[in-house]
Amino acid sequence: MSKMDSVYGKAKDNYRAKIVFKSTVLVIWFIILTIICLFPIYILLINSTRDTHQISNGISFIPSSHLFDNYKSVTGNDFKLNYRALYGYRNSLLITCSACFLTVFFSALTAYGIHVYDFKLKEISYTVILLVMMVPMQVTSAGFLNFMAKLHRTGHYDPLILPAIAAPAVVYFMRSYMKSSFPLDIVEAARIDGCSEFRTFVSIAIPMMKPAIAVQAIFAFIATWNNFYTPNMILIGVDTKKKTLPMMINALQSSDVLNDYGAVYLAIAMSIVPIIIAYVALSRFIIAGVALGGVKE
Amino acid sequence: MYSVGVYLFTIHFFHERVCVMATAAQKRIKSISYAKYGYIFILPFFIVYLFYQFWPLINTFIVAFKGNTVHTEEFVGLNNFKDLLIGDSSKPFSAAQQVHEAFFRTLGNTVILWVGNFIPQILLSLSLAVWFTEANLKIPGKEFFKVVMYLPNILTAASVAVLFVQLCGQSETNPGAINSLLTKFGIVKTTSAGLLVNPVEFIDGVWPSRFVVMFIQTWMWFGNTMIMLMSGIQGINPSLFEAASIDGASSGQVFRKITLPLLTPIMAYTLVTSMIGGLQMFDIPYLYNKDGSASKYLETIAALIYKYFHVTNQEQNKIGYSGAASVLLFFITLILGCIAFYMTRDKDEIAKKKQRKKIAKQLKAESKQFGGFSI
Repeated sequence: MSKMDSVYGKAKDNYRAKIVFKSTVLVIWFIILTIICLFPIYILLINSTRDTHQISNGISFIPSSHLFDNYKSVTGNDFKLNYRALYGYRNSLLITCSACFLTVFFSALTAYGIHVYDFKLKEISYTVILLVMMVPMQVTSAGFLNFMAKLHRTGHYDPLILPAIAAPAVVYFMRSYMKSSFPLDIVEAARIDGCSEFRTFVSIAIPMMKPAIAVQAIFAFIATWNNFYTPNMILIGVDTKKKTLPMMINALQSSDVLNDYGAVYLAIAMSIVPIIIAYVALSRFIIAGVALGGVKE
Repeated sequence: MYSVGVYLFTIHFFHERVCVMATAAQKRIKSISYAKYGYIFILPFFIVYLFYQFWPLINTFIVAFKGNTVHTEEFVGLNNFKDLLIGDSSKPFSAAQQVHEAFFRTLGNTVILWVGNFIPQILLSLSLAVWFTEANLKIPGKEFFKVVMYLPNILTAASVAVLFVQLCGQSETNPGAINSLLTKFGIVKTTSAGLLVNPVEFIDGVWPSRFVVMFIQTWMWFGNTMIMLMSGIQGINPSLFEAASIDGASSGQVFRKITLPLLTPIMAYTLVTSMIGGLQMFDIPYLYNKDGSASKYLETIAALIYKYFHVTNQEQNKIGYSGAASVLLFFITLILGCIAFYMTRDKDEIAKKKQRKKIAKQLKAESKQFGGFSI
């Protein structure tokens, strides 16, 4: 009996030791990956507080004291590169917020229309939406630019905002969400109470779909904010003051002209930091949203 | 017995009548109004889609059959496709031959950059996903690690590219962070004056620059793939893992015999969507350089299309080629998309349908056997 106990105990100890060993190794590996993930961002933040001389002397992990000087030269009028961060924020926010609102509202509306009503083209229209989900932007862009140029809409914001109304992937996501958690009886009840169809959508469906809307709004916001391709294509020959933030980043490539590396690092940091702050605040929703497969760029 | 039968029949009859009446009433209500709201609600989507996406797609096809430079209104048939795919090898400096070479060069770059980013990415993501979901391991702060590993994915790609241009600087007097780090480790030597001797050419070198772009792509996307694979693993029936652990399977065996086979559809899906995404790779290879034009060894197919239509000078306009390249890209994407659709379709559902058909057939055959009476 005692022999068996000891054998059992040994096996148990062995097993435990194995698990502890494996967990420790994995935690070390995860910490290494964490460092790799954060290293470029950390260097960026540190270097934006240093001046050119310090930066060219090598890397450092301790912040310096030149943040304010760098800030003054980035936002000052004699900053030689085409980078005006405050205008960039304004333009990017304007485009992103309107596009994000349109995407979420009209996708919910389309999904609601397909889900709630019975009409002849219901299934066909849903199939069409699923089919066009795969067509990438890069493929249509030659024709898109050509078309917009003919209509003289290049250099304006509306070709960047209005297409957001038609977002097939978001419609697909909303429809799947509605299938699982939007009972049609509610619509019947609202009808009996004399609620108009559109009002049913606005004051009953939208509040019920808040979780789906929140996830999709976050992803639409990130995707539009980070978009460099479309704005750079549509906003040809516009003044720096009308460019979006990622377009201005483009100008920082030729940083050798400037020879003020601290300012360049700060300029990059200014484009990244707001989105990191938003991410830290919303990370729980974002990770859950990715796990749902709700995002495809 | 008889009376019960009559009773049931009557109930059935009346029920049917009621049903007919109800459906008629419902039909009347429907025909009054509601179907039209369906059309009204989905109308904005389709109008905007037709105007901003479908017509541009058609327009791309039209443009692909039209000329370049100042001849953009002329119809040239399949010439653009011929130039892109075959070229004109007799005249090495003709526009056709140059376009042909550029097309295959950029296609090659795209494939190289995609493969070099996908293989490390899928290995890393898969191993991480397995470790994160293994129940018996005690790993503190899983949520924190997940959040940190997904972080690079939400950063502005343009900013990331320019940031790495700064970090990977190769100048002898003013090296970037990476070359400074290499100096500290003694891999890159310095002269007595503090100048670097042969710093790694992360920006101008062919393979070092490609390596950096692959690294950035992996860095940005492995967290995303990891979370998708994790949700796939969590979708596997946990009793399978339990049974395996009771039978004494090692974690390697569990991975090979359970996780991997059951994860194949989602892996295939990840592969194909990543391929489609890889064909569109633009921001990072396009912006990872110092002079504002994509380097020859990093230029991707999307960057080539972009360069060809994005000109302000009418003389250099190559929108026809751009359209033709887009059309070719479209068909490649279409094929990949069909593969993805085929791979992710519901196999159980199809098998069930087949089985149902089989049973129906069998029943029919049997009923014939019994002289046409069905049992």
